[in-house]
Amino acid sequence: MKRVGVFVCHCGSNIAAVVDCERVAKEAAKFPGVAFSIDNKYMCSDPGQDLIKKAVEEHHLDRIVVASCTPRMHEPVFRRATENAGINPYLFAMTNIREHVSWIHTDREKATEKAIDLVRMAVAKVLHTVPLEKSSIPITKRALVIGGGIAGMQAALDIADNGNPVVLVEREPTIGGKMPMLDKTFPSLDCSACICTPKMASTDQHPNITIYTHSEVERVDGYIGNFQVTIRQKAKYVDHKICTGCGLCETKCPNKKIPNSFEAGMGNRTAIYKAFPQAVPNKPIIDAANCRKLTKDKCGVCAKVCPTGAIKYDDQDELITIDVGAIVMATGYDLFPWKEAYGEYGYGKYPDVITGLQFERLVNASGPTSGHILRPSDGKEPKTIVFIKCVGSRDDVKGKAYCSRTCCMYTAKHAHQAVDKIEDSHVIVFYMDVRTAGKGYEEFYQRTVEDGVHYVRGRVSKIYQLGDKLIVRGEDTLLGEAVQVNADLVVLATAMVPSAGSGEIAHIVGFSTDKDGFYQEAHPKLRPLETFTAGVFLAGACQGPKDIPDTAAQGSGAAAKASAVLSNRSMETDPLISQVNDAVCAGCGVCVGICPYRAIELKEITQRAGGKTIARRVASINSGLCQGCGACVAACRSGALDLKGFTNQQIMAEVDALCL
Amino acid sequence: MKYAYYPGCSLDSTGIEYQLSTKAVAGTLGVELWEIPEWNCCGASAAHNTDRLLSLALPARNLALAEKEGLDVAVPCAACYSRMKATEKAVRGSEDVREKISEIIEMEYGASNRTLALLDVFTNQAGLEQVASLATKPLQGLKTACYYGCLMVKPPRLAEFDDPEDPQTMDRLMDALGAEAVSWPYKTECCGAGFASSRTDIVLQMSYEVLRLAKTAGAEAVVTACPLCMLNLDMRQKEIEAKNGVAIDLPILYFTELMALAFGHKPAAIGFNKHFVDTTPVVRKVEQGRRAKEVQP
Repeated sequence: MKRVGVFVCHCGSNIAAVVDCERVAKEAAKFPGVAFSIDNKYMCSDPGQDLIKKAVEEHHLDRIVVASCTPRMHEPVFRRATENAGINPYLFAMTNIREHVSWIHTDREKATEKAIDLVRMAVAKVLHTVPLEKSSIPITKRALVIGGGIAGMQAALDIADNGNPVVLVEREPTIGGKMPMLDKTFPSLDCSACICTPKMASTDQHPNITIYTHSEVERVDGYIGNFQVTIRQKAKYVDHKICTGCGLCETKCPNKKIPNSFEAGMGNRTAIYKAFPQAVPNKPIIDAANCRKLTKDKCGVCAKVCPTGAIKYDDQDELITIDVGAIVMATGYDLFPWKEAYGEYGYGKYPDVITGLQFERLVNASGPTSGHILRPSDGKEPKTIVFIKCVGSRDDVKGKAYCSRTCCMYTAKHAHQAVDKIEDSHVIVFYMDVRTAGKGYEEFYQRTVEDGVHYVRGRVSKIYQLGDKLIVRGEDTLLGEAVQVNADLVVLATAMVPSAGSGEIAHIVGFSTDKDGFYQEAHPKLRPLETFTAGVFLAGACQGPKDIPDTAAQGSGAAAKASAVLSNRSMETDPLISQVNDAVCAGCGVCVGICPYRAIELKEITQRAGGKTIARRVASINSGLCQGCGACVAACRSGALDLKGFTNQQIMAEVDALCL
Repeated sequence: MKYAYYPGCSLDSTGIEYQLSTKAVAGTLGVELWEIPEWNCCGASAAHNTDRLLSLALPARNLALAEKEGLDVAVPCAACYSRMKATEKAVRGSEDVREKISEIIEMEYGASNRTLALLDVFTNQAGLEQVASLATKPLQGLKTACYYGCLMVKPPRLAEFDDPEDPQTMDRLMDALGAEAVSWPYKTECCGAGFASSRTDIVLQMSYEVLRLAKTAGAEAVVTACPLCMLNLDMRQKEIEAKNGVAIDLPILYFTELMALAFGHKPAAIGFNKHFVDTTPVVRKVEQGRRAKEVQP
């Protein structure tokens, strides 16, 4: 005979104010199988939990029902209390009479009746539970970090410092990401490259970190603790084992006019190139599409001049397979393609309308103008500079609805630099709002205003070229007047968008993106570093627009999460997952496509039937990947699938309890 | 090709040359224009500043008459086009609006037909290749500033046939006719429109900017598709010149006039003599260019 104990929580007055908890407990005592029933002010408190333990001892209970808040709040607490009382923790059911009853109803009588019904259902369900055991899966003690910008480097270094090996995969020929392109960082005006390149070197030299640059993750199989990753090392055409990085090849390469993406298109590079002098690894690769030897079988100068014979024109892509236990995504951002959207700013046809990132290169001592702010069209120093904020941000018609968070501050920094570097300059910033949430940010902005930068609240409606001037027309919404500025240079603070290809890699790794293509965190407030796929964590701007301090913090946070996974030899898995009844499964495979976690595959089984051994295919659940969502159970047409802890039998018992 | 034709109130009066040239071009292109019988005013700015339903019902009556014939509607005037397009969208977007409008005009109107700008009909719908092949007297490098004004391609949710910030339809048309479309920034700026009567000073300033930038870009003529732009730029040009103490002398022409001219129609027959600013330099320039070309084959 099963003996159920029912515990009804008042949650102070949260529940008791609307539900007559005492009556619920009294009614519950009459339900079949209930041996004990009581109400209590705070079931989650220590005395409340002790109550369960004492009741089990005194009344020889073997199943527990708690009627209180949402299971998302305290289910683990009560499961543990059940276990401490000597009962299998899965012989427990929780029903929610707070969010589902007291918080949403006002009629005490009806609310109490509803609470009684919910408890009746929970009792019916718990009578059909069976003991379940946690299982464990082994953990591969290695992490993969995808993306080698500041987020990825920070994550890799922290995981490596924790003593676990890390594989860092970067698509570009160098790690570093966008940060080394920047000139100064706000609000401290530290030299960006000076604080970033040492981090790049540390990452390179760390004994626990293996870096694959010019590489992409092509395939990810498996699940938390046991991912199998295939990396495509793209052909570099230079043997980095032999190359000393002397740079002779770069000086001799005849193809010198290729726009350098590191210079944001403001400078050129050769076909055999390092993105910048402090690149890591500090060795060149050949850009095959622009190499005369590789495209036309002419030239070959680099091979002739290379003192070590490192040039390999016959280099091929290579596939590398590694096992990892956790993955950190750090794929970063790109700038919103404003030239496709903003016709009023000229669709990119005016050379002196540039982006903030281009301005960073202009003002950078190692940039194409050696740090002199010179405009692209004629190389003259601009005197009147207009900055326009929110280009692509906060514009749901032409761009993105969200705020890109960093632009207010980097524009303040740019304006400060312009005033600082150019004598008699006139700097105007058009803004919608100035948002300076961050340590030392507001002070920096105020200083920029004191520098003499003119902030005009309003949007710019049009830019056009007249002679050597850019006519910028907008509105000063504080004065309610039209404004016109004859500018020499216009800098657009373009929105941050997810980096190109980030959607594809999310698909490969197997997690979801949000409406704007940023990676979807598991909970916007309380699980910002995790994805819905166990063992895959997020760092930096791939999750949403972020500045450098936030990115570095999130890199460390994701590293802590990944390190926690790697700190165990094996990990426990929740037994509340799907199971297959092989005898009933027809092997149709509907569940395989439905599973959002790629946890189901078809396996072949052999069985004896009619005196013969036959082989057939049935669904098979991967216990590491299954999250117990139950989608497959609902989809299964032969009823072969069932969700442990929420079996069809249990659900039907609940329905019967309510309806019969 | 047959279209319902809605001339609107200007084309019989101040915009007569638009009407004359439109009919000439339609004839050459083989486009049949069926003038909507008993058509009424589109409501213009007055209606939609008064009452939304009124502003939808007035164009709807004209559109319903065309719908009954199963015809798309070709609209020369930019303002009429905008009002009719707004009506079409509102009726398509809401069953409630559709019912109300049909009740008011005492006719069924379901917006199954399309409202098209005449500019769109004569270029994209007719095909620029055909237009080019019919341009027997090409315009020989005439430098034109294509002026779309405020309503032909804006707002983008109504006018959908071209880019709202940097439209190209008229520019490509000029190319097909053998003329040159200069690059200039004021293609879609406003001339001041209906403020001409209430705040003439504003209109003179705004229209002056349009003319000044067209001139600066090297244009020998401004091409428009709007009778009100024509009025402000052409009729008021003398006043603008006097007010600013400058000589502008920039002929303003409808795109249909230049089409008809290139198609070989006589300038007087298509309204070249109906302008305030002398248009003969345009005709002369085109003829000179052609003669020069004939001399050196």
